[in-house]
Amino acid sequence: MFQRSIPLFIVLFTALLLIVAFFIPHKPFGDLESRFLNWYAIISGFTFLLGLDSLTRHHLLKVIRREKGWFYSLLLVLSLFATLTVGLYSWVKFSSPFALRAPFMWLYKYMIIPLQATMFATLAFFIFSAAYRAFRIRNLGATLLLIAACLVMLGNVPLGSSIWQRISQLVHLVFPNTRLDLLYQIELFAQIKDWLMAIPQAAAGRGIGIGLALGGIAMSLRIILGIERTYLSS
Amino acid sequence: MKLWERLATIDRRIIYSILALVVILPLILKPKIGVRVSEPVRDAYSAIEQLPTNSVVMISIDFDPSSAPEVQPMLIALLRHCFKKNLKVILTGQLALGLPMGEIALNQVAPEYQKVYGKDYVNIGYRPGYAAMMVGIGREIRDFFKTDYRGVPIDSFEFMRGVHNYHDIALLVSLAHGAVADAWIQYAGARFKQKIIVGCTGVNAPGMYQYYSAHQIEGIIGGLQGASEYETLVQKPGSATLGMPAQSAAHGLLILLLIIGNIGFLLSRKKSRGK
Amino acid sequence: MLHLHILLTFFALTPPESVLVKDNPNDQGQAIVITWTHPAPESLLGFRIFRSTSPTGDFTPVEPELLNRTDYLDTDTLLRDGVAYYYLIRAYSANDSASSAVAGPVIARAQWFNASRLNVLVLTLIISALFIYYILRARQGKQMFIRKISGLDAIDDALGRATEMGKPILFSFGLGYITDMVVIAALPLLRRIGKKSAEYAVRLIVPNSDPIVMTAAQETVKEAYTEAGRPDLYNPDNITFVTSDQFGYAAGVDGIILRERPGAIFWLGYFYAESLILAETGHTVGAIQLAGTTETTQLPFFVAACDYTMIGEEIYAASCYLKPEPVMLGTIKGEDFIKMLLIFIITVLVFFGTAATLLNRNIPSLQTVFEAIVNWFSPPS
Repeated sequence: MFQRSIPLFIVLFTALLLIVAFFIPHKPFGDLESRFLNWYAIISGFTFLLGLDSLTRHHLLKVIRREKGWFYSLLLVLSLFATLTVGLYSWVKFSSPFALRAPFMWLYKYMIIPLQATMFATLAFFIFSAAYRAFRIRNLGATLLLIAACLVMLGNVPLGSSIWQRISQLVHLVFPNTRLDLLYQIELFAQIKDWLMAIPQAAAGRGIGIGLALGGIAMSLRIILGIERTYLSS
Repeated sequence: MKLWERLATIDRRIIYSILALVVILPLILKPKIGVRVSEPVRDAYSAIEQLPTNSVVMISIDFDPSSAPEVQPMLIALLRHCFKKNLKVILTGQLALGLPMGEIALNQVAPEYQKVYGKDYVNIGYRPGYAAMMVGIGREIRDFFKTDYRGVPIDSFEFMRGVHNYHDIALLVSLAHGAVADAWIQYAGARFKQKIIVGCTGVNAPGMYQYYSAHQIEGIIGGLQGASEYETLVQKPGSATLGMPAQSAAHGLLILLLIIGNIGFLLSRKKSRGK
Repeated sequence: MLHLHILLTFFALTPPESVLVKDNPNDQGQAIVITWTHPAPESLLGFRIFRSTSPTGDFTPVEPELLNRTDYLDTDTLLRDGVAYYYLIRAYSANDSASSAVAGPVIARAQWFNASRLNVLVLTLIISALFIYYILRARQGKQMFIRKISGLDAIDDALGRATEMGKPILFSFGLGYITDMVVIAALPLLRRIGKKSAEYAVRLIVPNSDPIVMTAAQETVKEAYTEAGRPDLYNPDNITFVTSDQFGYAAGVDGIILRERPGAIFWLGYFYAESLILAETGHTVGAIQLAGTTETTQLPFFVAACDYTMIGEEIYAASCYLKPEPVMLGTIKGEDFIKMLLIFIITVLVFFGTAATLLNRNIPSLQTVFEAIVNWFSPPS
């Protein structure tokens, strides 16, 4: 019984304390929020040792047992410790691993940056295949989504401006009385994109955001009152 | 397989190959292309433009190398703008891996304007704490940052002696690729009324429009497009402007693929309904 | 001589005026706000603030540097609560300086209540009261209805399909920390999936980006397996830490997906830009995918790439859905009621604000009332 009651009591007490401290600036309450956040930062720093242990143990076992892909596990472990060593050396020699002349910065500039940027860049390819597969005119909603997506894409790049200029020239050709310079200024695709982003998109985002905030409050109340206990082990 | 069925089911490898070509060719050929400046970027520019000389601007590097192609050009353009206006710059960050990007940018841009470390700009580095740090700066910056990233006391820098909290910081710029910008708005903006502009990746930009519409932030620089617009405003085109023809072509290709895919889809559906 | 005097008076620096000093409100003390006015001629270099504990005493500068604005927050560590202070402001030009009259006394104090957060307190009390009301109503045995959430209904189908194909199941919290509500909301789902996978003897893989989440996941899955009567099947090597780096995690999980080829994938947690990379990779191996995240910018990607997506707060309702106890459903009901209330208030205020703007010339008091209401919700700086 105590195994569950004590953690639940700690949760309730801490939650009420922090809620009260939010409204009371006077010491000792005023500093409580920062203090708790600092404690969390310190504790989470130590938990990285847990992660390091899990990672190295998992991959070293793969290497020892010569399981499928053991070579890549070996590479991972070696890279991990090599990066750690280079970082520590740079810290000791240059007072910061990110000092421009430090060896760690070489790793950073020529390995970490290209690798991370490349992974993010693959997102473009996946967006193409997902959009090509998913944006089909199945119903009215899907059609509106497709039209909105195309308008935002056109409004976001100079291509939209170029296309609008061609359209303006066509309009001027058909209706010679219209002023071409004024037509150019309208920049229809960009205006539509700005409107779509600022009004319907922002409104929908706000609506979902309000729902999420309320859901978060409900969830928090369930946790504080001990109704939701799945984060505790039984 | 009939033509329309092929149109609706183009192999993804073909799509990826065409995309790669469409992106690489403009980067090689470097066509000149005009950039239209949108209102959120113009407002971000104005927020810095109207600051008096020697005002302090804090730039928070809240992105990591993965977002560098989109956000680093923004940072460089912002630094050029700040140094051109003789503003004082404090660099900090919420991501330890992101801060070196700021250092790289400072080392590139500062010599162009003969700006001196310690006199015109300072890098106070990264401290763990995230929300605690954002709230703590509202009281006294030295509670978290007694020294710069090299360990030199910040009071040894002339302009930092007068900087204690958000009251002394004219503008905060958050260059973020995730939820950190939201945290700045929530803590620094809502609690301490700090003026903020946000530079973010294209993926995150839609989420910032809610804050912009509600005037909780002064402006948004969104994605590579936003970065190229800012480069246009500071009149120094860089890698973002260089990337715009490729981005234009990629968007055009996607629209074309969507049209082709839907033609194939509709024809297939018509045929199967006919049967 | 008179002409020289007039000339000097004409060109002499004017002193700062209207110096106001007051205790900084809503703080923990040791802070005083000082404001003043000055015509700010071109010759002005800046201002320096001086402080003393008596109006005629020794005034010492608060800041060594000159200020170029007309307001200042004195948070000097030497400042003491309960002590009366006096201030004067001195303006400087290249050859001249001029001091304001002494302002004060002002006493710094810590406040016991942050009045600027009164609106938050009122709303918190109202919302909490409504939630507790519905929880109490639920305890009295009142039947509550919760609509279908197709994503949650599909969990068993997805697990069954993976079992038939003899493929493992993958579950990911994304980049969430244990402090994220969505991760806590996803833990009951992991428990349910863990229990089913133990019953079907299907391997469950849970790659993690945070060590604390990994620990919680290990405990949850272990308990689920024990609950299903198959503790022997639990293997902690299936629930590992990959990396906390965003795209390193994406690369690691993609590798796991391409090697292990899971039959069902659950993306339930906090995802950023890597969401589509993960979901598309899952699609290429033919897995049935269920996603749920509170990151609104990633929802469209999941909708496009996954079979089922829980939008917004549907994931928070998951634990109530899986174990429809009356008390749990009571909080959902409370949430719904508050949402309706907010919709009503926002609609009324929109119409009121529009009417106030349109009728501003004839009935200016409407605009004043509207602004007062808006400022109550969101106090201006």
